[in-house]
Amino acid sequence: MVLKIFFPQCCNKADSGLLVGRWIPGQNSAVVLAVIHYPFIPGQVKQYIHQMRGQSGVDLTVLGSWSMPKEGQEGMESFLRDLSTIFPQGQWLQLSREMGKIGFRCHVLTRDQSKSLFASQVAPIVPYIRHLLLTRAHGVFGTVCQSEPLFFLDKYDDGPVKMTHWQSEGREGSIIVELMKQASTPVCLLTTWMLTLWTSLCSSRILNMRPMRFISSKLSTCLQLSYRTEHLQTVCSPTRATAHNHFMRKANIFVSFFVDVSLGLLLVSWMYRENRIGKLANTLVPAADHVAKELEELLQWLMGAPAGLKMNRALDQVLGRFFLYHIHLWISYIHLMSPFIEMILWYVGLSACLGLTFALSLLSDITALLTFHIYCFYVYGARLYCMTVYGLSSLWRLFRGKKWNVLRQRVDSCSYDLDQLFIGTLLFTILLFLLPTTALYYLVFTLLRLVVVMFQGVLHLSVDFINSFPLFAMGLRLFRSYRLAEGVKFRVLCEEPGTPLHLMMDINPLKVSSVVQTYRTPTYSCYPKDSWLALCKKLFLGELIYPWRHKTTKID
Amino acid sequence: MQNGDQHYSMEDETYTDIDGKAISLECQSHSGFCREFTVSSAKVSIGRVMAYTCAVWLSAYIIFFVTENTAVLSSAIIITLVGMMVHIHFVKVDHETLLIIGSLGVQVSSSYASGRESTDFIEMGKIKDIVINEAIHMVRKIKDMVINEAIHMVRKIKDIVINEAIHMQTVIYYLCILLKDPSDPEAVSSVVPLFQSSKPRLNCLVKVYKSCQEILAKC
Repeated sequence: MVLKIFFPQCCNKADSGLLVGRWIPGQNSAVVLAVIHYPFIPGQVKQYIHQMRGQSGVDLTVLGSWSMPKEGQEGMESFLRDLSTIFPQGQWLQLSREMGKIGFRCHVLTRDQSKSLFASQVAPIVPYIRHLLLTRAHGVFGTVCQSEPLFFLDKYDDGPVKMTHWQSEGREGSIIVELMKQASTPVCLLTTWMLTLWTSLCSSRILNMRPMRFISSKLSTCLQLSYRTEHLQTVCSPTRATAHNHFMRKANIFVSFFVDVSLGLLLVSWMYRENRIGKLANTLVPAADHVAKELEELLQWLMGAPAGLKMNRALDQVLGRFFLYHIHLWISYIHLMSPFIEMILWYVGLSACLGLTFALSLLSDITALLTFHIYCFYVYGARLYCMTVYGLSSLWRLFRGKKWNVLRQRVDSCSYDLDQLFIGTLLFTILLFLLPTTALYYLVFTLLRLVVVMFQGVLHLSVDFINSFPLFAMGLRLFRSYRLAEGVKFRVLCEEPGTPLHLMMDINPLKVSSVVQTYRTPTYSCYPKDSWLALCKKLFLGELIYPWRHKTTKID
Repeated sequence: MQNGDQHYSMEDETYTDIDGKAISLECQSHSGFCREFTVSSAKVSIGRVMAYTCAVWLSAYIIFFVTENTAVLSSAIIITLVGMMVHIHFVKVDHETLLIIGSLGVQVSSSYASGRESTDFIEMGKIKDIVINEAIHMVRKIKDMVINEAIHMVRKIKDIVINEAIHMQTVIYYLCILLKDPSDPEAVSSVVPLFQSSKPRLNCLVKVYKSCQEILAKC
């Protein structure tokens, strides 16, 4: 197998010295972590390495020697070879580089016999180790991450050993990040305290009675409030995030919360200027009136001869008058509320300060409340139609002399008495001829209901999107792509003949399309839970549909 | 010629892909155990670009003439620009590269017309073998619409049987890497097909296959 050497790029320009690192036995490769410069005392070096080994738990050894001879240092080669006797190893690497040339030369001396392997059998690889460490990518480099204590000393420090390693060129840091880290602890404590107060308030007995619970489970604003509380609790937990996934989740939640709140404040500042709230409130009541008037006209049309169809007059009149009375009730209710609407809207609109998602959930709830009568009509129409269809199917079976066996869940033949058959056939005929009327009412109200549901669905989807989109991960991928790594990639560096093969190893960042999948914040998804076929089947049978029902378990 | 590398492109043999368009193969041998193969497809043809652009703009102008709405013209321009950018950035592959480094792994990368590169590195521990697979590529031409379906059968190159009795079907060959799960070295866990956009023919694939097998045999 070919011998592979992983060499940090910054040590390329280092002065001559000893190579310190680790052998990886199974893959016949060596990872170089640092170069210890002259002058050094071998005893002190051994002691230092022993200390580092204990601190970091990594199997550090002296791998060999590195020589980049400057002028007047010609005798270095033999000196370095003699070092192999001081640090006894199984294999001793001798890497050397001449000034002005790019490639290294490599000799490997084994313990039993000193021989230098052919250049073609060695393939040093020069990785861009600085960024690799930040992402902890690639199994081989777990070693580098664990050897953190090794990197505290530098060649500029006054200690027993002077080294060059990947941090010699400086670490990546930012003042804003450091300041935020300092400020985060007291802010986190304060927020955690406030959140505990809030959660204890929410779980108090008054708010947990049955009717309140039912209402709050239906209103999407309350749901959104509970999600945000949960998110904030995750972000402001005082323990530091150790795993990468945990850290990314906290960062994503924090950034999306921040963006949400700023968009919400923007919206509030726009809405409260020039008395837009007042204008909105003034248009709300006439809009509700207009909708009611349109519904009345629709019902009058249904009570006549809609689309040229001939309805059953009696049933038509009954249903039509029933729904008209409901609309009349609804309009009276709206007119009763109209003086208070502006004030309610003003105070409720302030809650949009908490975020754009709250504004959208509020809009969804207001729509639901204002179109409550459409929902009621839909339920009445659907129930009636459902009963008609079930009755018809059961009586049709009777007509053919069959029965539904509940025990066996199948259709069996059955012998009926004559009067059973007679009444059954009569009822069947009645229901059959009433079917077009009920079906038409059902169709009309279902379509109206579907329009409202679509609108609410769009709002819920956008709320879900704002909640779950990983903005921080996306930003990191676009601007600091080396921090999110999918793997590594290699590039061949063209070298002089006679030197071993040189490859540059670099980070292969995560693909943009998989960033969203990997770092999505899990939310209670409200995607349609029925497939199109199941939905059509439910519509046909008259079952009530709730296509945007929130799932009870989190979707990751 | 690069220093220390052997660099040769097959100038005397012209390669084509399965649709008949000309492609080129370049093999670079960096060392005894490291080789790089680049298959380049045809570049974006200026004639087609002009044809599409003219068609779109002509139809937009006709619609503008009928409706007197200037938004049609601006939307046509935006659509053309966006479509072209999307095409060269996401769709049009310029060349595909296979870099095989003995005892380290195989790197597959495709480079798009806009310069974007998408790379994937597979460690040697996960590679079971590199083989040429045979697929029956069912091509039905219905008024110049081509419907493709591929049925995969795994067989090594020695056992190729071309069934000529099947009407209106072509047999295509594609080079792929068989991956194994480290826990179960005998089973093939997945297949990674190579050169999917350039789709070179068998003669090109055989050269690449032979080179790869030489390197895989050494480690």
